[in-house]
Amino acid sequence: MASDRIFGLVTLFVALGYIASATQIQTSFLTDPVGPKAFPMLIGAVAALCSLVMIVKPDPDPDWPMLRTWGALAIAVIVLIIYAYALKPLGFVIPTVFAAGILSYQISPRMVPAALSGAGLSIGLFLLFKYALGLSLVGFPKGWF
Amino acid sequence: MEMLANLSLGFSVALSPFTLALAVAGCFLGTIIGALPGLGPSNGVAILIPLTFTMGLDATSALVLMTAVYYGAMYGGRISSILLNIPGDEPALMTTLDGYPMAKQGRAGDALVLSGVASFVGAFLATIGLMLLAPMLARVAYLFGPAEYFALYLLAFCTLGGMASNNQAKAALASCIGLGIAMIGVDSSSGLPRLTGGNLHLYDGIDFLVAIVGLFAIAEVFFFIESHGKGSSIGVKLDKVRIPWKDIMATKWTMLRASFVGFIAGILPGAGASLGSFLAYMSEKSIAGEKGGFGTGVAKGVAAPEAGNNSAAGGALVPMLTLGVPGSGTTAVLLALLMTLNITPGPTLFTERPEVVWGLIASLLIANVVLLLMNVPMVKIFVKILMVPAWVLLPGVTMISFVGIYSLSGSYFDLLLMVGFGVLGYILRKLEIPTVPVILGILLGGNMEDALRRAMVLSDGDAMFLFSTPIAIGLWIAAIAGFVAPMFLRGVLKKPQAVTD
Repeated sequence: MASDRIFGLVTLFVALGYIASATQIQTSFLTDPVGPKAFPMLIGAVAALCSLVMIVKPDPDPDWPMLRTWGALAIAVIVLIIYAYALKPLGFVIPTVFAAGILSYQISPRMVPAALSGAGLSIGLFLLFKYALGLSLVGFPKGWF
Repeated sequence: MEMLANLSLGFSVALSPFTLALAVAGCFLGTIIGALPGLGPSNGVAILIPLTFTMGLDATSALVLMTAVYYGAMYGGRISSILLNIPGDEPALMTTLDGYPMAKQGRAGDALVLSGVASFVGAFLATIGLMLLAPMLARVAYLFGPAEYFALYLLAFCTLGGMASNNQAKAALASCIGLGIAMIGVDSSSGLPRLTGGNLHLYDGIDFLVAIVGLFAIAEVFFFIESHGKGSSIGVKLDKVRIPWKDIMATKWTMLRASFVGFIAGILPGAGASLGSFLAYMSEKSIAGEKGGFGTGVAKGVAAPEAGNNSAAGGALVPMLTLGVPGSGTTAVLLALLMTLNITPGPTLFTERPEVVWGLIASLLIANVVLLLMNVPMVKIFVKILMVPAWVLLPGVTMISFVGIYSLSGSYFDLLLMVGFGVLGYILRKLEIPTVPVILGILLGGNMEDALRRAMVLSDGDAMFLFSTPIAIGLWIAAIAGFVAPMFLRGVLKKPQAVTD
């Protein structure tokens, strides 16, 4: 019950914000009868209506994971964000060892297999992309080789 | 005989040694993707699109490869359904109902071969149907103006929403999320930025591939972290695989009927393969009656959903190719592929680029034969691949997704967006909000708005123009019925629960 209500409330605010920012869209002098504002505002209105229905008539709660699993999920998200930033300056191989290893550990918490799969995936995928598929992937930080 | 001439054009495109090799590779890869739990046709094809794009294949080769992967994944989905009781994706759910009990009786090999043959029959008949029906529909589609297209897009969202979820509000909200995201970026007619919040990265809009890979593949990783990769071990034994001629002969009418039902379900815009396998299974169950023993591991219960599911996959290509409206999540991904390759589906595709359409159809036929030959004798190899543990597979999938999306634009911003979509996909799926309408919204949002605006330009702002032709009125009625009817039919069309151990 509560999850649907909370999500509905969040999407209601997002939808209202969306409509508000749609009113700020600049229109050019060459405009058609509908213009660039109307369709986004229509979408926002439908979304707001749906959110209201979710708040008034929520479904039963899903099985949310335990607190520890939330921690694991949060770690995974943070790792992926860092990975996204690290890919360009550090090349593919080094960030991938860590990111794949940590993700693997979150799925199955055993140190050695996780480390092995991180290293294996990193080197294996690099060879696959670089030499088998011919993508121009930067493997290592600039100036190393 | 125009069709045969077209078909020979198609085969002349698709039968070169290189494309044939691509088709075989795609079938092999696709079957693996479909068989691995956690990877299905949608996310499998989605991850591969950016990679094929950067590999520099031409449009036809890329199309042949990806359709082979698409059909292969449809075939492969049955392997994890039967052996693990885990449907690779939603349409495969119905196969678990009789496939898993059959495997537990020690007939895993029979079930795999039988379902492979049923898949072949369904997909083959659907491809024939596609060849007959698509050119006719393409001719009708010439009558479609902007008002009709607007109603058609609406119909797709309504039927998809109606079928995909148990709660209409949630399905409609999902469509709105997708449409809302599609609005971000530079407005095509005025050339001014919209809803970008001043962020330069958003001026080009959000690439649908980023959203698809995030919502399907990255979200899957979060689900595996939640479940710690449990439940992916094979509980049944697979002995020597023989061809169960008796079962195949006994189910031939079932396969034919199921293919027909599945194909019709596939054509409906937005309904797709899940409805196809569901209707095929339920109609065969009611034909067989109480004595049929559906749900206890009977051959017909395996053949019907597989034929229906694969036939619907072919049927879903009809609206996708002729009207540009996909019939299911996977065809939405295929539409994304076409758009990436700069091919605009629609009636003009059949006249302007016949080599693409008929090359695609020929490669579907080729892929289908290759898959049948590959899946019967080599099924043991695919079963071996199922043993790849989740803690290697899922990190691998994530890294491939990152490389694929990164190779599109080389910007970290797309990667961040992809992770964001992954989180969104996790939350949406937890709350039972379907994610396919989100994808459809991002893909079609721009076209839908264009159709509305062009219609209003034509009519000089008169809203009644949207209901001015019989076709448009028919589509509006179908859209409203498609959205409202499932609310009342929910009691009748109750999905059977999956078998538990």
